[in-house]
Amino acid sequence: MTAEQQTTGTDEFIKGLWSQNPVFVQVLGMCPVLAVTNTAMNALAMGLATAFVLLMSNIVVSSIRGFVPKQVRIVTFILVIASFVTIVDYVIQAVSLDLHKALGAFISLIVVNCLILGRAEAFASKNGLGRSILDGLGMGIGFTFALLCLGGAREILGSGSLFDLPLFGDSFQEWVIMVLPAGGFFTLAGWLLLFNWRATRKTKSAGEVQA
Amino acid sequence: MTGAPPQETPDPGLVFKMYRAVVGVGLVCGLAIVTVFEITRPIIARNKIEARQRAILYVLPGATDSAAFSRQAAGNFVDLPVDAPGELVFAGYDAAGGLVGLAIEAQGMGYQDIVRVLYGYSFDQQTVLAIRVLESRETPGLGDRVEKDAAFLRNFGELDVQLAAAGDALAHPIEFVKSGTKTSAWQIDGITGATITSRAVTKMLSRSTAHWMPLVYSRRAEFAKPKEGAK
Repeated sequence: MTAEQQTTGTDEFIKGLWSQNPVFVQVLGMCPVLAVTNTAMNALAMGLATAFVLLMSNIVVSSIRGFVPKQVRIVTFILVIASFVTIVDYVIQAVSLDLHKALGAFISLIVVNCLILGRAEAFASKNGLGRSILDGLGMGIGFTFALLCLGGAREILGSGSLFDLPLFGDSFQEWVIMVLPAGGFFTLAGWLLLFNWRATRKTKSAGEVQA
Repeated sequence: MTGAPPQETPDPGLVFKMYRAVVGVGLVCGLAIVTVFEITRPIIARNKIEARQRAILYVLPGATDSAAFSRQAAGNFVDLPVDAPGELVFAGYDAAGGLVGLAIEAQGMGYQDIVRVLYGYSFDQQTVLAIRVLESRETPGLGDRVEKDAAFLRNFGELDVQLAAAGDALAHPIEFVKSGTKTSAWQIDGITGATITSRAVTKMLSRSTAHWMPLVYSRRAEFAKPKEGAK
């Protein structure tokens, strides 16, 4: 806890993007990560929707933290999160029905994304408004970035396009498995491998410097 | 971390604070949700009608305008507002106000869930003109090819749904055949790798055309363009 208190605002923001990336490092919220990343567009929309809910719930939870007794904190946080998810659901329907159709049931499932309740409980309920906003922004952008990494790779390999723009000629043979559920696991495994390999290398080189 | 230890004497003010927090937050959340719902409801309803309108004009090539009709108990068709509830069929009109054909919705079970399609019907040629998938959760890359596969969609260019001489049934009900073996105008070539979904689309079209064509064909005059401003 003391280490966390010493961090600066920039650190709170950056940690979600990279060193504590919610998907690649904390491995949270796997349900939308695997389910709606078959195209880059779906991944981006899901990422932004989640980031919005995360940021708003962090703001509200941090603001009301002195007003909510700890016995009823979880139910209050879930109420707040569920309300923002419902609002996002209506707004997406108003903006684009096609997008709503593509994201389907997964918008409602943002409620149970452990990333959001996790940040509310572990961070926003213990920290001030400013820090909670930075934490929400960092984690939200980090989550969106991770979803885009998966969605981009899956769309390029599985459909030969990115954001619906064809990248290869007609002769490209789509690697259909990449847009199917199995492809989600393969791509996630690839990215996790990359992140872990980087982390291991970094620790190793840090150890060598010390020695 | 979870709850107060049992031996602690409860703070008399705590119950009130708990009520205040949960009821207060619930009240504010409820207000926010209902407000957003009220603001977005007309926009969502309009989006849905616009999406349907686009689909109607797509399955009736040449149409620029449409009107909704509903079948009455007596078997006749009357025009209704486009947002009327119940089962509607849509007539499409060209720029001169002439009837292009009807757009009819059909649905059936696909591989994952219900698939809903809209198809265009031409009175002149007695054929299906085009289809558009309205709703489907079929497997991306496999089943969802019924929405995009050009060869499969060509099946519906001039799909024969002519009535038999008696006028109460189709001369040739729509049939499903394996990919590449289509020989007659009333057959649908399936998609290899999406057999279940393409078969499902065939089945729902076959059922829907067998139901609707005898009902609408003889009543073509009732689908004349309703007068402007009548509704």
